[in-house]
Amino acid sequence: MDNGTKLKRHPGLNLIHGHGYEAKNETALFGFWVFMMSDLILFGLLFAVYITMIGVTAGGPGPKELFDFTSLGIQTALLLTSSMTIGMATFALKHPRCHWQLVPWLLVTLALGGGFLYFEVTDFMNMAAAGGVPSRSGYLSAFYALVGLHGFHVAAGSVWMIVLLIQLAVFGSVNIVKSRLLRLALLWHFLDVIWIGIFNIVFFYGWLYG
Amino acid sequence: MTETDPIWGRFTLDSLPFVQMIEDPSLNEMIVNGGGAVFVAGTVLVPLLLTYFKLWKPLWNDWLISTDHKKIGIMYIVFSFVMMSRGVAEAIIMRAQQALALHGGLIEQEHYSQIFSTHGTIMIFFVAMPLIAGFINYVMPLQIGARDVAFPVMNQISFYLTVAGGMMLMISLVIGEFSDGGWTGYPPFTGATFNPGVGPDYWIWSLFVSGIGSTLSGINFAVTIYKMRAPGMTMMKMPLFVWTTICTAILMIFALPPLSLATLMLAADRYLDFHFFTNDLGGNMMNYANLFWLFGHPEVYILILPAYGIFSEVFATFSAKRLFSYTSLVYATMCIAVLSFTVWLHHFFTMGQSALVNAVFGVATMLIAIPTGVKVYDWMATMYRGKIRFAVPMIYGIGFMFLFVIGGLTGIILANPTIDFQVHNTLFLIAHIHNVLIPGVLFGMLAGYHYWFPKAFGFRLNETWGKISAWLWIVGFMVTFSPLYYLGLLGMPRRSATYTDAAFEPWMIVSGIGSLIIGAALFAVFAQLFISILQRKKNLSPIGDPWDGRTLEWAIPSPPPVYNFAILPLVQTRDEFAEAKMADRAYPEPSEYEDIHMPKDTSLGLWLCLLSIAWMFGLVWWMWWMVIACMTGMLLAFIAWTFRIENEYVIPASQVREEHETWLAMIRETQPVDRDEELTTLNLGYAQTELEG
Repeated sequence: MDNGTKLKRHPGLNLIHGHGYEAKNETALFGFWVFMMSDLILFGLLFAVYITMIGVTAGGPGPKELFDFTSLGIQTALLLTSSMTIGMATFALKHPRCHWQLVPWLLVTLALGGGFLYFEVTDFMNMAAAGGVPSRSGYLSAFYALVGLHGFHVAAGSVWMIVLLIQLAVFGSVNIVKSRLLRLALLWHFLDVIWIGIFNIVFFYGWLYG
Repeated sequence: MTETDPIWGRFTLDSLPFVQMIEDPSLNEMIVNGGGAVFVAGTVLVPLLLTYFKLWKPLWNDWLISTDHKKIGIMYIVFSFVMMSRGVAEAIIMRAQQALALHGGLIEQEHYSQIFSTHGTIMIFFVAMPLIAGFINYVMPLQIGARDVAFPVMNQISFYLTVAGGMMLMISLVIGEFSDGGWTGYPPFTGATFNPGVGPDYWIWSLFVSGIGSTLSGINFAVTIYKMRAPGMTMMKMPLFVWTTICTAILMIFALPPLSLATLMLAADRYLDFHFFTNDLGGNMMNYANLFWLFGHPEVYILILPAYGIFSEVFATFSAKRLFSYTSLVYATMCIAVLSFTVWLHHFFTMGQSALVNAVFGVATMLIAIPTGVKVYDWMATMYRGKIRFAVPMIYGIGFMFLFVIGGLTGIILANPTIDFQVHNTLFLIAHIHNVLIPGVLFGMLAGYHYWFPKAFGFRLNETWGKISAWLWIVGFMVTFSPLYYLGLLGMPRRSATYTDAAFEPWMIVSGIGSLIIGAALFAVFAQLFISILQRKKNLSPIGDPWDGRTLEWAIPSPPPVYNFAILPLVQTRDEFAEAKMADRAYPEPSEYEDIHMPKDTSLGLWLCLLSIAWMFGLVWWMWWMVIACMTGMLLAFIAWTFRIENEYVIPASQVREEHETWLAMIRETQPVDRDEELTTLNLGYAQTELEG
């Protein structure tokens, strides 16, 4: 963009005014925001389906019999902390002085994400043992679809993080890997926001009215 | 789920319609297998021809692994023409069946149900969607002065996922059967209890996979328009086709996820015994109706908006006038995009909402007529006192203007819930949807095909055959669908293989004749293409501006070089190329050239296509080992691709200079032609402009 300095390139989000890879990174980042908007629709619709299904237990177990708020508290703490640690990783990505902290912070995030998944899967297994399987009722179908989709996202994000850790080892922190890390961090924060919705609507609201 | 073979799943030899035909050779089975035979013959013949003409290597190198938005756009359009042939053939079978229904008909009820399901699914998802994606892919980056889309590899993947979905419909012809639940696939009819066979599964997975492709396309188009416009091209300087593309892209981003979700939830019901939409244990099919139409209604605007964009370009170009009231067209497009999310409930007025809810959605639906009306008046005002040339795109355009308005008005009639209670689920509705989709979307795409063909291939299409084809489409459409309005008012239900009231029959016969005219129209399209290729030397337009065009895509050679623009244009006005021609500053000679970075080719999309076809096939037939293997394969292929971090190659400035200067020299040696000679061999694509503002 030869005229980039004088001309305003386009209305809306202009993160970086620059040439070459910076403009490319900005495009990729913007594209990822758009992708998350699309992804958010999936979650939004599943929230809506869940709300219509609250109370539709068809005689099977409901929230009062199935939810374990101790475990949920631990999951929330793990996931919210992991959002902070991946934030620290992006700081390390940006500032040369603490760049060495990048990989440690990513590993901590991965461990926290793994812990979250461990508790979630344990919860699911306990629920199933108490008769709360998705085929039991419309309510439980909606529950597992929504919470499961979030868990699937966390798992996919963890796989992505492992791939990026390998790429950091193979290529070093080159531009494209940095850009990917930035996008992964965005996804991770996004999943945190979704979890806050899940905790409030699926578990708390569901427990109150289910 | 019942016990199945660990390797073959629930596939047995009896799953092959071919075997069933041998056991029971009836006319019904012959017709069903006829389609399959054509598909099998095609899959055998095409590789043989490719081998005979030694075309495998160019096909692979120039097309299959290409990340060039122009090539991908052309492949989308070729794919949709192939699928359209099947869709039109099915339409003719359905019309023939209903015309002959009182005398026994041609096919059985079950096959009739499958045919209307595949017809709808194909025409919406594998004809209309690839057509708009193809035109957007080809034209939009050229119109905004970009060298490619924002994410070229993702673009290739989108294309291949669409193809993979379409292939499932083709495979269902020869192995098993397709869904008989219509293109909307309403449960509980498509649920496991009522429909345990493979049909709905074919439908679910082909829509899910192609839907992912379309979502990614939407992201790609939106980001390209937001981030990659040439310097100086502010939003209000974008050509109108780009405006309609951005609206369509936004609709794709927000409207495709409901479809993906609805199909996945239906799959969960069918495969994992969930209870989203079942009749028992708390399932609620109204959730499906809402999810599906939250997609389904924006979908029709996803299809029609690019057609509006194409017509806007066509009316302006062939009237030699600036588009009337550009600003109001932009706002009208945006209004339609927003309103399209507020009307989904009108698809099920009769399914139990209160009168107030129905009234609100009825009014919202009628509101859409306002921005659409604005557009129609703008197009008429564009033509008013213009120097109109009745070239083929303009014939489609004027046909569109008359017929689409009728379709729109019947839409207003249907938007009134009290009337909808009378005519819902009748042929009136079928006539309405075809009345907006054929004169609207299809005419728009055919106009665009004729309009941009010389840009893509460097020669014009045969005008005579184009006119024959356009008139056949217009007449064929009217003869086929006008009777259906009347039959709908008489009360004939849609999706009926037969009927008892003899009063329907004469109208059915008229409609059947109309479908033959449509078949002839499609034949004329292919004849035109064939003849035009034979006569290409007579219709060359290598300089690139055969229609005295207004927008940036006409300012470059035909076909464009891989990098599109040797020098990125600096946009000063709306309709930049038209203004440049009037101010005598078109075809500038740049003093210096720069190296150009272009995306490398990759075979990733093709691998994902093949693996996702096998993945879907495994899911349909419960071959779980294949499902797991293909999912792992897709994941590994994608991860492996991310390890290739050098994704660009460089075209040296010297090569760009050489190619560009050859072209500029050709312009200097060519005599510009005026519009009287537009359709003669003299028109090499160098226009002596007759534009006056």
